Amino acid sequence: MTAAGARLRVDMIACDGRGLCAEVLPELITLDDWGFPIIVDRDIPPGLMAGANEAIRLCPLLALQLDRAGANAAAQRTTSPGRAG
Amino acid sequence: MNTPDTCSREADGEPVLRAGRLPRLLPQRLGGGPASWVEHRARYGGLPVPGWDEGWRGRFVAEVGRAGLTGRGGASFPTARKLRAVSVGRDAPTVIANGTEGEPASAKDKVLLAREPHLVLDGAALAAHLVGARQAFVVVHEAVREIVDRAAAERRQARHDRVRLKVMTGADRFVGGEASALVNWVGNGVPLPTATPPRISERGLDGRPTLVQNVETLAHLALIGRYGAEWFRSLGTAAEPGSMLVTVIGGVRRPGVYEIDIGQPTGEILELAGGLAAPLSALLIGGYFGTWAAPEAVLPLPFSADGLSTVGASPGAGLIAALSADSCGLAESARVVRYLAGESAGQCGPCVFGLDAIAGALEDVAAGRSFRPDLLRRWMGQVDGRGACHHPDGAVRLIRSALRVFGAEIDQHAQGWCSGSRRPGVLPVPPRRRP
Repeated sequence: MTAAGARLRVDMIACDGRGLCAEVLPELITLDDWGFPIIVDRDIPPGLMAGANEAIRLCPLLALQLDRAGANAAAQRTTSPGRAG
Repeated sequence: MNTPDTCSREADGEPVLRAGRLPRLLPQRLGGGPASWVEHRARYGGLPVPGWDEGWRGRFVAEVGRAGLTGRGGASFPTARKLRAVSVGRDAPTVIANGTEGEPASAKDKVLLAREPHLVLDGAALAAHLVGARQAFVVVHEAVREIVDRAAAERRQARHDRVRLKVMTGADRFVGGEASALVNWVGNGVPLPTATPPRISERGLDGRPTLVQNVETLAHLALIGRYGAEWFRSLGTAAEPGSMLVTVIGGVRRPGVYEIDIGQPTGEILELAGGLAAPLSALLIGGYFGTWAAPEAVLPLPFSADGLSTVGASPGAGLIAALSADSCGLAESARVVRYLAGESAGQCGPCVFGLDAIAGALEDVAAGRSFRPDLLRRWMGQVDGRGACHHPDGAVRLIRSALRVFGAEIDQHAQGWCSGSRRPGVLPVPPRRRP
């Protein structure tokens, strides 16, 4: 499995803040003041790919995902906090 | 687009809506009340009869693109791009007209629907034709539901629309107007946002590509259908063409909804609202997801995304709230943020816990109990951009601007003084709901 362009993404609706992911992969995942994961904003380096897969496997709520088009998706998100127009 | 048979009144001489002139959406009706089907047709003429072929659709969407129409619900997304995005899939799309207007301070969608319901329904029907949808849901605030129902009944009786227009009442929640929450409300009665992807333009209501457009946007679309792109661009700026509706509240003599030429100086809009009733300390621009700005900085600026960007603001959904100098901007902000925290859909941890913590910290500042700027900034950083929808981001935007504009007031509060002599309440906040 190659890691080119892959990132971790949290489905924040599914996430319950158990925090296992941050324990397994502190290099890429920290927790906010309420225990919800903050993903480091960069592609997964090849050396951490195994750890990333382990974190995904361990999430009891299946809230952690591998996002192969992560960079693109982030760029396409609308930045304005407006309502649907 | 602008052929004689699509613009019937032109035959009588002057076209009803002359280029470069206001009003477009909100004409002064001497009798008051909503325009009936007959009155609406007499004023605006009929919509062009849509062709059913792809060529017609493509040409019309291109015309909307040339007009430069953008969403009037707050996000200002180009309408032509949305129309194209839902049309590329294999499944027949669905259209939802968003007239929920969950923002307590804003009234422009309600006023538009109460006065010109048929213009919005024209736009909803036209949008449905354009994307090949068989029906359009028109979701409106309960305050105007009866009016819109009556208008829809008039059209059914006249057998006018080839698509089905289904009128619904929106969820009475701030987040209910968020596009994915609206899709869920229409689909299963639960007004909760969903995670992206998938985008609703790809998979929305019943899994179909779904076009969600604000009702004002649809009214503009109905006018572009009649008068064309060039006419539309005869108001506004080159980058942001057209007119828009604004809601002016607070320290003006005639608070209300006004139609403006985009790019008109902000101070002029306050004059439309009767001028200032008292000296101001600040203005909230855009909405509850908007930006506070100092009067001397913002009043000379053109009311457009480009013009307001110099103070970090944008027109958003068109709110201008004028805060008089005897009101406390910190207390007003704390109240609104507490309200926004309570209006979290309750799905994403950072929004649920973060906004609650931030609201508490702001209440402390407003009451002069404590101000911990580092903690507040840390929390805002941990909330911004971390929800499935933009609810937390919008709240953070409001708070950052409050800290910027009311800096001197924060110092005063720390020493036990407040320049506000009135109870907060310029910015309306509905009573707290039970959890």
